[in-house]
Amino acid sequence: MGHFLFFLLAIICVGSVLGMIISKNQAYNALLLVLAFASLGGLFGLLDAPFIATVQIIIYAGAIMVLFIFVIMMINLRLGLPPEKKKWTLYFSLGVAVVLIVELILSVKGAFSLFENSSMEKIGGPTDLGRLLFTKYLYPFEITSILIIAALVGAIVLVKKKEKE
Amino acid sequence: MIPLSYFLILSIILFVLGTIAFFIKKDLITMFMAVEIMLNAANLAFITFARSANSLDGQVIVFFIITVAAAEAVVGLAIILLIFRQKKTIKSEDLTLMKG
Repeated sequence: MGHFLFFLLAIICVGSVLGMIISKNQAYNALLLVLAFASLGGLFGLLDAPFIATVQIIIYAGAIMVLFIFVIMMINLRLGLPPEKKKWTLYFSLGVAVVLIVELILSVKGAFSLFENSSMEKIGGPTDLGRLLFTKYLYPFEITSILIIAALVGAIVLVKKKEKE
Repeated sequence: MIPLSYFLILSIILFVLGTIAFFIKKDLITMFMAVEIMLNAANLAFITFARSANSLDGQVIVFFIITVAAAEAVVGLAIILLIFRQKKTIKSEDLTLMKG
């Protein structure tokens, strides 16, 4: 059952990202990305992280992607995107991808042996995570709230400036 | 139980696909989405390691990454909207202001 769920979610996730690379329509890209993020949320659930799975679905698949879709609707490129002329980026990106995949696999190979003798006891849900957030990670948590305020004010200032002129 | 190495390999695949999408795509919004994919691949790796170490620290870091990604998306999309208002385009090829 676990294996079946993992492969189902992994195939949905990778398939929708591949579809995003192939598709030219931005609205479809955003919807495919919602699918990818939702299936990633399921994968987080499989890894015994129920709170992060919920946050992933609510914030990523919900809030952030709705923001993307709003902006796509506001921009509304009627003409659509013309076909790309330059092909060198394709070859360049494939080269970068091959280098990156080799590098990542080499660097991660050492971790595989680490996984074999890891104990599989249950780790905590929202309660333990919240306790950790408000004790050990209290300062990062507070700094994050300042960051969000700064981002909010920054976004409003950026978009508002044009309207005054 | 699913081997944790599968999750790590999926994370690598997602990260590389995000990189490819970032280079191939020409409109700023889709490039931005590719960055989000890479962030999520990193999240998956963090949660996998948190699972293997039986520690919640990895999950807390993923929580912070998601928060920072939300802030980043807001500012990034505001900038893209501003570029569109001024230049009437969001194709990265047409934005050559900083080209030497």
